[in-house]
Amino acid sequence: MSARERVAGTVANYVDERTGAAAWMKKNLQKVFPDHWSFMLGEIALYSFVILLLSGTFLTFWFDPSMRTVVYEGSYQPLKEVEMSAAYASTLHISFDVRGGLLMRQIHHWAALIFMAAIVVHLLRVFFTGAFRKPREFNWILGIGLLTLGIVEGFLGYSLPDDLLSGTGLRIAQAIIQALPVVGTYLSFFAFGGAFPGEAFIPRIYTVHILLLPGIFLALITVHLMLVWYQKHTQYPGPGRTEKNVVGYPLMPVYMAKAGGFFFIVFGVTAFLGAVASINPIWLYGPYTPGQISAGSQPDWYMGWLDGLVRMAPPIETHAFGHTISWNILIPGLIIPGILFTGMALYPFIESWITGDKKEHHLLDRPRNVPNRTALGVMALTFTLIALINGGNDIIATHFSLTINQIMWFSRIGIIVLPPLAFVITKRICLSLQRADRELVLHGKETGRLVMLPHGEFIEIHEELTPEKRYTLTQHEQPKAIELVTEDAGGVLNPKGIRAKLQARFSAANAENIAKPTAAEVKELEGGHH
Amino acid sequence: MSKELEPLADPGLPEHIHRKADIDPIAAKRAERQVAILFSLSAVGTLLFIYSFFFIKVDQFIFLPILGNTNAHQLGIGLGMAAGLFFIGIGAVHWAKTLMPDQEVIAQRHEFKSEPEDRDAFVKAAKDGAEAAGLGRRPLIKRTLIGAAALAGLPGVLMLRDTGPLPGKELEKTNWKSGTRLVTDPGDRPIKASDLEVGAVAQVLPELLPGQKRTLEDIGKDAVLLIRLRPAEFQLDEERLSWTHEGIIAFSKICSHMGCAVALYEQTTKHLLCPCHQSTFDVTRAAKVIFGPAARPLPQLAITVDGEGNLIAKQPFTEAVGPSFWERSS
Repeated sequence: MSARERVAGTVANYVDERTGAAAWMKKNLQKVFPDHWSFMLGEIALYSFVILLLSGTFLTFWFDPSMRTVVYEGSYQPLKEVEMSAAYASTLHISFDVRGGLLMRQIHHWAALIFMAAIVVHLLRVFFTGAFRKPREFNWILGIGLLTLGIVEGFLGYSLPDDLLSGTGLRIAQAIIQALPVVGTYLSFFAFGGAFPGEAFIPRIYTVHILLLPGIFLALITVHLMLVWYQKHTQYPGPGRTEKNVVGYPLMPVYMAKAGGFFFIVFGVTAFLGAVASINPIWLYGPYTPGQISAGSQPDWYMGWLDGLVRMAPPIETHAFGHTISWNILIPGLIIPGILFTGMALYPFIESWITGDKKEHHLLDRPRNVPNRTALGVMALTFTLIALINGGNDIIATHFSLTINQIMWFSRIGIIVLPPLAFVITKRICLSLQRADRELVLHGKETGRLVMLPHGEFIEIHEELTPEKRYTLTQHEQPKAIELVTEDAGGVLNPKGIRAKLQARFSAANAENIAKPTAAEVKELEGGHH
Repeated sequence: MSKELEPLADPGLPEHIHRKADIDPIAAKRAERQVAILFSLSAVGTLLFIYSFFFIKVDQFIFLPILGNTNAHQLGIGLGMAAGLFFIGIGAVHWAKTLMPDQEVIAQRHEFKSEPEDRDAFVKAAKDGAEAAGLGRRPLIKRTLIGAAALAGLPGVLMLRDTGPLPGKELEKTNWKSGTRLVTDPGDRPIKASDLEVGAVAQVLPELLPGQKRTLEDIGKDAVLLIRLRPAEFQLDEERLSWTHEGIIAFSKICSHMGCAVALYEQTTKHLLCPCHQSTFDVTRAAKVIFGPAARPLPQLAITVDGEGNLIAKQPFTEAVGPSFWERSS
């Protein structure tokens, strides 16, 4: 036994005698994880979070979360002697007078953008592959919670420097609070410690941004990962992969190296962006004052779709009985996002009600094999995308020589017309892809090799698929429609009349699929020559 | 029928194919060297960071293609740190992919559902527990506990009361009074009608009395935009026309939609545009909304001149400025 092995043995023994961890460690070091590039999306989000904690902590050493007025005396000449808040001045100090300060600020901001992007793409992966199905509904809801918190945390973060752009964002947030019926004015005065902007808000959101929300994040992420660990990761279908097993590589050493290495890659790429790609150059915006604004004011991308919805809202307010309700703010700012996020959180339960499927699922769906869900996802994406495009309408207008009015009307009409259209088109595409799969299994791949038969007929040689590939294309279950029971055998009406009807209708739509090839069909073709 | 629907059989996990490094010691050695080179590149990156941190001046700029004029210090430490991290990652992944075992392993899953006996026992334990506590039998305890717990949450909410003052009529007031002089922002100089040419725009604030200080809250409700047109261009009613002076019209600069500064004036169309959500107001028609999400015109400030010819407010705003709120009556 080498000296190193002896030391390892002693350490393991020392820890085990005090914790009894050896049995657990033995099992978990060999834990199997399936391999697929799309499983790294959530990892990117996790690593970005770690980068955010590290770079954020660095920034707190100099950032002064105070709105008291100071006169800037730092080394950035254009703002010398200008009155500004201590928050803004200290952000300038970090950017110009702390070595590595600007780098860390830019890494922090880039990491936040990547964090949100990774969450969204990870969510799309989970949605389109059906990974949210039983038993993973809780984790789906946790994920929606993390997405929501991420949007809030990101917004609070870029509001902290108190520059002209972020102050404008806060003004809009304050207007949303103020628009709430009955309590709005009060909530706004409590949140801002009086009239906008006041001197209370930035110190308050600072505590929320660096303590409260990161704490909640940490807790939720921990539970999110523990559930992934405990429930074992889902896997893509393929030969040898079943609902009862998990096929992949052991944690130690392959995933330790791959995942650990991947953390460094994500950090390295973020640092590269921070080094070469300027982001949120607050010194160009100037300190916040409510009387000024810069043209082309844009929020960060994950807020852009909300801003786009607000921009396209029709100008409707109700004035009655001495009170005002601003529908032009409430509908795009609260009601629509509320419906979207609630719908998203409840989706696993809605789908399971429609399909009547209460089984556990560990094999992922290929999106084409679940046309309705895929179409619904694309529909929601289309909606959000049009909102996002409208959020940049001023930028688009100047870049493509269009008028704001043209883009706004396109969005206003498009957001109603295009999502349903996207649903129909996506569903058709899914069914076509199913047909293509069927064709492929039954007739093989086109080889492009043309052969003339002795009697003069030309045929193209089709290359038969491997059994593995064939299995992958046909292993999925195809749902059946739930039959509508309007009355039982005794003629008693179903008490859940309307709900049952709805369910039957949805599940019929859901069951619309191209029949997948069966063993018998394949065999028949194998028997005959083709 | 059921036989025909039988799905294709699972051929099972395909056979494992060895990588070059698994069977060829030379390839394995090469892979080892590659990993070592990648790790060394990381070390070079960190050295670049250290060098840049100490020896490149913070205000040293260099010109680079694509990036343009770039701060060399920032670039040096940034690229150094990026390389230091990135190559550790790439090295580790390359190591895992070439030299660590790549044979897929099968682990079994277990259903999460507990055994029926366990579940029944759990439900029974919970029931028995509740039974033992007597919650069902003693409704008085249950109800008072629920009531007390709900009340106990109240202090947490109530204590937030002092986070801010009550709004009162604050949102309906500005610092514009009858006779308040308009002063330029920035500069705080009184302004005469002749200072503004036709087509010109100016931002003004109420004049400060001696000893007064202006806060951002003041600016947030007092900011006013002056625009001078030819008087014939107005399409205003008698009253609103009397609020202008020699073609100069004054509007609150705080958007009636969400409070942004309505800063963009288009001279040819005489439209004011809010850069936040593109609400567009027609200056000739008392800032009527002609496009975008705003539902109300910008409040107009009645102006006139004092004895010295300086522009002054004729009267306070007749309505609340800024975004809507519940208590707003019009």
